[in-house]
Amino acid sequence: MSRDGWEAVIGLEIHVQLQTRTKMFCRCANRYGDPPNTNVCQVCLAHPGVLPVPNRAAVHQAIRVGMALGCTIPSWSQFHRKNYFYPDNPKAYQISQYDSPLCGEGVFHVPAPGGAFEVRLERAHIEEDAAKMIHAGGAGGRLTGSASSVVDFNRAGTPLLEIVTRPDLHSGEDARRFLNLLRATIVAIGASDADMEKGSLRCDANVSVRRVGDTALGTKTELKNMNSFRYLERGINAEIERQIGVLEAGDRVRQATMHYDVATGTVHVLRSKEEANDYRYFPEPDLVPLEPDAALLDELRAALAELPAARIERFVGQYGLPEPIAEALGTGSELARWFEELARLVGDGRLAANWTLGDFSAHLNAAGVVPAESPVTPARMAGLVRLVESGAVGTAAAKQVFAGLVDDPDASAEAIVEARGLGQIGDEAALAAVVDEVVAGNPAQVAQFRAGKVQLLGFFTGQVMRQTGGRAEPKTVQRLLRERLDGS
Amino acid sequence: MATFSTLGLTAERAAALLDARELSCEELAAAYLERIAADDPALHAFLHVDPERTLEAARRHDASGRSGFAGVPIALKDLFCTRGVPTTAGSRILEGYRPVHDGDVVERCQDAGLVSLGKTNMDEFAMGSSTEHSAYGPTRNPWDPETVPGGSSGGSAAAVAAGLAPWSLGTDTGGSIRQPAAFTGTVGLKPTYGAVSRYGVVAFASSLDQVGPFALTVRDVAALYAIVAADDPRDTTNVGPAEAVVRPEGEDLRGLRLAVPRDQLTVGVDAGVLERFEEAVALAVSLGAEVGECTLPHASHGLAAYYLIAPAEASANLARYDGVRYGPRTDGPDVQAMYEATRHDGFGPEVKRRIMIGAYALSAGYYDAYYGQAQRVRTLIRRDFDVAFADYDALLLPTTPTPAFRFGAKLDDPLAMYANDVFTLPANLAGLPGLSIPMGTSDGLPVGLQIVGPAFSENRLFAVGHALERAIGFDPVPPRLQGVTS
Amino acid sequence: MALTEQEIRHVARLARLGLRDDEVERLGAELSSILAHVSAISALDLDDVPPTSHPLDLTNVLADDEPRPCLSTEEALLNAPDPAPEGFRVPPIGA
Repeated sequence: MSRDGWEAVIGLEIHVQLQTRTKMFCRCANRYGDPPNTNVCQVCLAHPGVLPVPNRAAVHQAIRVGMALGCTIPSWSQFHRKNYFYPDNPKAYQISQYDSPLCGEGVFHVPAPGGAFEVRLERAHIEEDAAKMIHAGGAGGRLTGSASSVVDFNRAGTPLLEIVTRPDLHSGEDARRFLNLLRATIVAIGASDADMEKGSLRCDANVSVRRVGDTALGTKTELKNMNSFRYLERGINAEIERQIGVLEAGDRVRQATMHYDVATGTVHVLRSKEEANDYRYFPEPDLVPLEPDAALLDELRAALAELPAARIERFVGQYGLPEPIAEALGTGSELARWFEELARLVGDGRLAANWTLGDFSAHLNAAGVVPAESPVTPARMAGLVRLVESGAVGTAAAKQVFAGLVDDPDASAEAIVEARGLGQIGDEAALAAVVDEVVAGNPAQVAQFRAGKVQLLGFFTGQVMRQTGGRAEPKTVQRLLRERLDGS
Repeated sequence: MATFSTLGLTAERAAALLDARELSCEELAAAYLERIAADDPALHAFLHVDPERTLEAARRHDASGRSGFAGVPIALKDLFCTRGVPTTAGSRILEGYRPVHDGDVVERCQDAGLVSLGKTNMDEFAMGSSTEHSAYGPTRNPWDPETVPGGSSGGSAAAVAAGLAPWSLGTDTGGSIRQPAAFTGTVGLKPTYGAVSRYGVVAFASSLDQVGPFALTVRDVAALYAIVAADDPRDTTNVGPAEAVVRPEGEDLRGLRLAVPRDQLTVGVDAGVLERFEEAVALAVSLGAEVGECTLPHASHGLAAYYLIAPAEASANLARYDGVRYGPRTDGPDVQAMYEATRHDGFGPEVKRRIMIGAYALSAGYYDAYYGQAQRVRTLIRRDFDVAFADYDALLLPTTPTPAFRFGAKLDDPLAMYANDVFTLPANLAGLPGLSIPMGTSDGLPVGLQIVGPAFSENRLFAVGHALERAIGFDPVPPRLQGVTS
Repeated sequence: MALTEQEIRHVARLARLGLRDDEVERLGAELSSILAHVSAISALDLDDVPPTSHPLDLTNVLADDEPRPCLSTEEALLNAPDPAPEGFRVPPIGA
């Protein structure tokens, strides 16, 4: 979003629930959707005398995410206590990290159609998630006005990674594109399912605007709880517009926490921040420092799969694909894997890209499945592509063959063509009969064509196709039509 | 049943009586319970006793056969979580709370077959040096009911001194085992930080708290230490003892190099305490020890560092008592008002005072000047000890500057109360073990000798303590109780 | 090193101690004298001295990601001052 003369400056704070079997500091199951207070113990209920024991898998997951995002991994890191009272915070302190996070600074490279951009990461640190509050008695389960609330501690103490960017983003679009690639990266390495709707990926945005050319940052607001990529983009853009409006009216932006109302598409003040929080951070005395050694880091790094950003760039180079096509194919690991297998089988990346993003993606969307769940394997798809390329099946009939691949998981493309009579008609005598029939049946159009309206060739071709059920071989049809139409 | 008194009865002797079948476990437990029933109403060493439960546990050991210390009773400070058994930490805010878990040391005592007599009184959340800060009323000193038994583990100390238990467990954050041991004429050990698990110990100051034993002899202390010291995966700051615990037997100190940090004894030490101390030092020499002098140049800052670090950690550790998941609740119109009311009504004045100091020391703008600075002082004190232990095997100090004081004497003067810990808290700041043994009396009240060693040198402290204990020949039975049998 | 009433009230609020006016006054005096004593160390020049958070120099103490049995919901709610079928009930959150 850029209004003339204004520049938006945006930083994101992202929370990712790490995928582990147990919680961060106790061995209760880390599982979503169970009945309330079934995955709880004396540790995550903060009973007297209990002690936290950090989850090795969570620490390793966090380091892997940090590596995948281009962060440095400092040789020493420690936990801090962040003190505040709230019913979802059972110890009244959250174990988090303060001045020595597990993952340090980094640069995340985001390929984009208008040219790649870079987002600097400030840090990524481990912390524990809060419990879930169920509000009763208020309108629509909302917090305000509820008669009482009930706390479910199943989520309390599950591992979170908080990722903080520098203010390097300048529009809602950039923010969405960045977060989408960050999500894909985290999913690709198996550190989280990073699902915004489930809350396993959460994003807050710090937004400010300034006059183009200014170096000082404007007053920022914090935009909370945008639970989809679309709302993230819209919310940020709405807040940018609001702030520009405020400044252009001669007023000043006030520091506040903002809420994006998806129903109205507008932004409201959730609470003003006249008083900064005093979290009284101090080193967590119940835990000892983390010192990831070189051998561990090598091991974790070696186990990282190819990451989406690198894959997108490789697709551009290796297959000669335009950037947006490479991005569409390379962001998600599963689609990328499917595409690459098809490209290998048919020996042509651009061709494979067209089929992958065309009929195959349309089918995934319509069926609501991921590539691995589709009956259309790259091998079956390659059979169809070869039939089309060899001229045995026309493009129109190809759609019907594809539908057959979806409906009949056991049949090959060849078998479908044969069974359904979808093979291309290349026999000249058979086609000539149809062409003659079409020419004879449309005298007015023949006259117009001969008077110079040559674009009517398409009309005649279409008529032939219709009569042959789309199976006529187009080149022969066109040659036969020209012979008859030109040779008056 | 042989006529016998629990007064002056050691755990070792009790186990020998059980081994010889002169007593059953049930008879032994019943004797202690009778003594508690008779004397504890005046003494108030216990907060919770469940005779039926105790006798039942004792009978199980009679039935199943026993060995070692199985069947020997024990008293537990009410800071240890005991599954299904009330655990209050001496506070109203945990009134009625029954843990769903046992502390690691509680489990280890059970595994060793020890029979719990009950939970002992203490300063609220272990904050205090007299047990006057217990929400349930103070414990009296068996040597003189007008004086305090020390604290915070005053109930555990008094129970052992008065023959209400052969031994007991307490905790020590700044002196809370050694100081009451000194005041009651008992032996108390604050182990090396990390030797005993803190799991299931209601936390006061996490980087300072350690669990340790009280008993009438160094050998009993060593035996109980051997039972509770272990590596527990539930406490990541714990490693267990570095070597097998050795129950001391030697009676001389030949080959040992001991040092007295004379710079610590310059001000505020009671004359009677100093006299007993110099006698003990002379005894050490006569037992063959080489005794020199050293300095702890930064120990003078220990009190300030301690009274920033401990309250800061406590302010966070005690934040969980919020009336949401357990404990009593004082209602309010909204949740924040409920917090304020519950915590106001649940905490006593000393706890509030320390939470306030701690929250202040951590609050924005003050961290570096207070908490951060105290952590650096802590480093200096560790280095002081490192320097001393380069030349010496252990240090000798009085445990406290004075014998037990009278009730109320320091209650309105927090700084005077805190100054009681001046000789004990440096070992907590440095994470070192300290053993207090009785070194005689001053004005009829016991005074303690403290032996501080390098990390994980408990066996050496036991050897030194045992030899000195034999040479000193202190009678741990308070004179006013002598001749009284139950 | 006297604390202002405002500071005392701020810290008491941070710690949710619900102090009454007389307690604010008494604690103000007590804390001022305690802080006067402990702030002696604030003046020390210790920039070159690293802080000690732990007596032992341990690192990397971590547990395997293996689930252990949790409490039953009944056990979890056993000590709750205001249990509800869905969990721990608390008064309204307020503004």
